[in-house]
Amino acid sequence: MQLIDKNLIAKKRNGRLMTNKILKWLFFLCTLVGLAVLISLIVDTLIDAVGYLDLHFLTSMGSSRIEEAGFYGAIIGSLWLMLVTVPVAIFLSVATALYLEEYAPENRVTEFIKINISNLAGVPSVVFGLLGLAIFVRAMAMGNSVLAAGLTLALMILPVIVVSSQEAIRSVPSTVREASIGMGATKWQTVSRIILPAAIPGIITGIILAISRAIGETAPLVVIGVPTTLLVTPNGFLDSFQAMPMQIYSWVKMPQEEYQYLAAAGIIVLLVILLLMNSAAIFIRNKFSTRY
Amino acid sequence: MTKNYNVQEMIQKNTDNKGGAFEKSIPVILFIITLVSILATIAILYTLISQSVEFFSRESIVDFFTSATWMPYSSDPEYGIWALAMGTFKIVFVATIFAVPLGLGAAIYLSEYATDRVKKIIKPILEVLAGIPTVVYGFFAINFITPILQSIYSGFSLYNATSAGIVVGIMILPMIASLSEDAMSSVPNSTREGSLGLGATRLETTFKVVLPAAVSGIVASVVLAVSRAIGETMIVSIAAGSTPNASLDLTDPLQTMTGFIVQITSGDAAYGSTLYFSLFAVGMTLFLFTFAMNILSQWITKRFREEY
Repeated sequence: MQLIDKNLIAKKRNGRLMTNKILKWLFFLCTLVGLAVLISLIVDTLIDAVGYLDLHFLTSMGSSRIEEAGFYGAIIGSLWLMLVTVPVAIFLSVATALYLEEYAPENRVTEFIKINISNLAGVPSVVFGLLGLAIFVRAMAMGNSVLAAGLTLALMILPVIVVSSQEAIRSVPSTVREASIGMGATKWQTVSRIILPAAIPGIITGIILAISRAIGETAPLVVIGVPTTLLVTPNGFLDSFQAMPMQIYSWVKMPQEEYQYLAAAGIIVLLVILLLMNSAAIFIRNKFSTRY
Repeated sequence: MTKNYNVQEMIQKNTDNKGGAFEKSIPVILFIITLVSILATIAILYTLISQSVEFFSRESIVDFFTSATWMPYSSDPEYGIWALAMGTFKIVFVATIFAVPLGLGAAIYLSEYATDRVKKIIKPILEVLAGIPTVVYGFFAINFITPILQSIYSGFSLYNATSAGIVVGIMILPMIASLSEDAMSSVPNSTREGSLGLGATRLETTFKVVLPAAVSGIVASVVLAVSRAIGETMIVSIAAGSTPNASLDLTDPLQTMTGFIVQITSGDAAYGSTLYFSLFAVGMTLFLFTFAMNILSQWITKRFREEY
């Protein structure tokens, strides 16, 4: 008596191998969707932008006349915005990460702070906008200024930088730490001279990625009331300002088709800036990260 | 002449210095800075609650949570959150239908089939896709996806749920793909090899061994992505329109909770008006939805994690 029907098994096996092969290609196609979207997004935008993206566009202020409108005010405004957001966010989040990784005792307060930070990361950006509107713009009477918007964005990217800095600090091995303490260094000497320098590439990578998120963020700016047309660049932190994503948004919302081309040109400028920042982050990550 | 050093004295001096005020003040200072993140949460909650209370002192809270008519501009304004919430659900529905199969497919390919070289090319693409500002996605929705949809079926309005929903799906796709891939990659190879050794194909191994083991991570990633889709603002305010309605039609314009906030704040909601306070009531509802999703995601990860 034959217990194993080899023919039947062979027949079934072919079918099973075939399904495996077909689905493998199907999964591969799923992976390609991302690439296809990226290509069509860039090509579509470039085609729209091509007639409008020139030196004039980069050096002129926004204007109600389409052929004169430029992106200069938005670029300068975004720079001003980052001048507030970046130092505030770095100061707050690196200090928080240092505390949580190096100093915090293991108790309920620390646990609560950690849970709070991961929940803060999940709060929609538009809600941060409402916070900025009620607290900074109204209660502290900053108006729709660079300062109000910059602080709002700083709070928004705080959890992102905290988490990435924590990871960077955690990846410094404890042997290095123990060696420093063993040599008689104090805790702060160890933290400031040994741990921070070792963790800095990871921290900077996280910061750059967070900043590139802040630069492209639109919703909180709309909620705070950043003006859509502004013909001057700010002179101080309490001045009103224009920002790249905000200018793009106001152009996209215009009914005339020409504004869509302006928006496309603005998008290309924004994407190039983001791409440069991301490349810088990847470069720093690969170049300076030490493996222990 | 040699100077006499007293080592013991020197150590004593240094040790005294070690316990100095500076060294002791560092953790305190850092702790105070850390409290800013707590303060931010308190500020968000305080803002949303206090301004919502003001809103509900003017409008009925029962109507807000039960009515499906949102007409804040009419002479007899009605504030029924369901009209806006339905808009959000429609967007999330389309986004999930689009992103979950594609995201999971991509995750399976990257984790189970792809060689390291393919991974090295695909992963940065996903990272770039995740880093594209949402206002850019909004432009893409209205200028690329909507015309395509309209050429397929002429019933699509210029602003519609499908176009915005698909693009929100594109936005959350990298998140589902990379988080699910992490979950599947953390299933140890020994289980995979055990299955393959028994004669299962890669596909059978994926579906019967890897996926069941990674299911908590995958579900958590989808829930997190849904939370992101609920809070997504610019794509829907550009491509979904500004007509609140509770219908189930995916070809018509709609308005989401986030879309309403943007519409009112980019117009002129006079400070102190009922319309101004309605922003915070909507923001509160939005916050509760996303908060519930985030908690759910964290709970799933904790509760159902398989430890190897």
